[in-house]
Amino acid sequence: MNTLLELSGVSVSFDGFKAINNLSFQIGEPELRAIIGPNGAGKTTFMDIITGKTKPDEGHVLWGDKATSLLGRSESQIARDGIGRKFQKPTVFEAQTIRENLAMALKGDRGPLDVLFHRKTPAGTSRIETVADEVGLTKDLARPAGELSHGKKQWLEIGMLLAQDPRLLLVDEPAAGMTPAERAHTTDLLRRMALNRAVIVVEHDMEFVRRLDCKVTVLHEGAVLAEGSLDHVTANQDVIDVYLGR
Amino acid sequence: MMKPGFLSQNQSVLWFLATLGMFTLGVTALAEATGTGALSTSFVKTLGKTLCLCLIAIAMDVVWGYCGILSLGHFAFFGIGGYAIGMWLMYARTESIVSESLSAAVIPPTDQEIVEAIGTQIFGVVGSSDFPVIWAFADSLGLQLLMVILVPGLMALVFGWLAFRSRVTGVYLSILTQAMTLALSLYLFQNDSGLRGNNGLSGLQNIPGFDATPQSMISIAFFWASALALGLGYLLFAFVTSGKMGSVVRGIRDDEARVRFLGYHVESYKLFIFTLTAIIAGIAGALYYPQAGIINPAEIAPIASIYLAVWVAIGGRGRLYGAVIGAAFVSLLSSWFTGGGAPDISLGVYTIHWTDWWLVLLGLSFVAVTLFAPKGIGGLFDLLIRKEGSR
Repeated sequence: MNTLLELSGVSVSFDGFKAINNLSFQIGEPELRAIIGPNGAGKTTFMDIITGKTKPDEGHVLWGDKATSLLGRSESQIARDGIGRKFQKPTVFEAQTIRENLAMALKGDRGPLDVLFHRKTPAGTSRIETVADEVGLTKDLARPAGELSHGKKQWLEIGMLLAQDPRLLLVDEPAAGMTPAERAHTTDLLRRMALNRAVIVVEHDMEFVRRLDCKVTVLHEGAVLAEGSLDHVTANQDVIDVYLGR
Repeated sequence: MMKPGFLSQNQSVLWFLATLGMFTLGVTALAEATGTGALSTSFVKTLGKTLCLCLIAIAMDVVWGYCGILSLGHFAFFGIGGYAIGMWLMYARTESIVSESLSAAVIPPTDQEIVEAIGTQIFGVVGSSDFPVIWAFADSLGLQLLMVILVPGLMALVFGWLAFRSRVTGVYLSILTQAMTLALSLYLFQNDSGLRGNNGLSGLQNIPGFDATPQSMISIAFFWASALALGLGYLLFAFVTSGKMGSVVRGIRDDEARVRFLGYHVESYKLFIFTLTAIIAGIAGALYYPQAGIINPAEIAPIASIYLAVWVAIGGRGRLYGAVIGAAFVSLLSSWFTGGGAPDISLGVYTIHWTDWWLVLLGLSFVAVTLFAPKGIGGLFDLLIRKEGSR
């Protein structure tokens, strides 16, 4: 297993508040990793740094086989490098159909002229249909995304990430607002996606994390507090203090 | 350039082009020079100008309704297009007049003398006779036509690059575009701006080389040219806003950050749309002002660009035909009301003079449309289509 992403000594502060404090983190490919932590532990900022939305004050973020730095690259470049992100609130393009949503996400050229003269290919169409099938939206392809239920929007967004085919996928609280059946489906999807890529799931729901059955990283006050299996970290005294002491 | 089957997939484009074609033929059949004469030459000019306004309105719809950039400065590009063509019109016509009057002299005038005489004719009104640098190409129709495209295009490119790369969006961008058009208008008001200050450029309805052609014929020629430009512009924008490009552009309008995380460089897309629509606005202006006959800096005052947004909002954003309906309907209605066509309403104690009250009515309709019919007049078509479908 090679290291795909490595953060070392990363710090960032907003108006004097240290959101991320000398954080170091590594993930290989393929791997499924859960990140847990209380509110304000820096989970969202952590993802903002990886995806280029927030620039760290210090530290390194290295990516890929050649360990190139991601600092100074724009969000869209980082996305093209192969990092996909799923937001907590499902963000799909509600005014457009499921098919249009997936087509936009589909891996391919991203320049304005390539897109302007883009032609539909049979390969692209069949890829969209495969993805739709995988997330259970085949029947809804022609519907506007705004008509979907909350759970289906979550899957559409996961489908868009599948279509994007990233090497690393960041998923923010995928289980929020889902029914138990939808959660089970989502767990399956995430585990399957992690078979051939790196997936980082940020979640507070311990039950959900337990079902993912993977290595867990606990964040607290912008730094890694503990790392290991879920049973290992939940037995850690520091983790118990942070979670129960609040 | 277009995908096969593009038109068959976009039937509303075919409907629009058919309607525009019928309208053009109808007006031609009723005009003075080519038909029965039921329509006066000045009315044909009004209709031709309206088509140019429809063209800038669809450009506005693409930049605002589709891409979500509320530019309140697109009339600046329209004005620049008008000035660019106006410079050639004025220069060439003055040149022919001056050459004619000097040719009667005993000693034939030198080229230098002719240029000086043209300068005195054009710039005498602002107390000067020297040609400013920006008039360097005014003697060449080809180069000035190039300016119609290049100057608005470059200006939009530079402005857009600066604004979009700093991630200026929403109301701040709108204010910035207002500032741009205001600055340009104030600059042009100065006598030493090189474009005759508040006098502007005039006599643009006289086309050099066509002195013998009556205005009734010229008006029809420009009407046709405007209709052609509107048809081609509509096709171009329908192509840009369809397919994957349309999808990305509408995505940027609805959730810019999400599009960025899909790997699209949002700023390039915005810049492309902003610049393309500015160029089309320039072309619309270049066709408009020869029909209007005069252009002055008041034309690009900030309010003009706000009217443009109002037309598109009333017609219905995010649908090209909506912009056409809005621009045609509101601008024609506006000239009817402000031109004294609408009968005054006597309330006994107070008489409503529409020339004073039209703006109030326009403002109220804008508010009403925003609150009660966000899809505008074009939204009515949705209702009709839905009724057909449910039957």
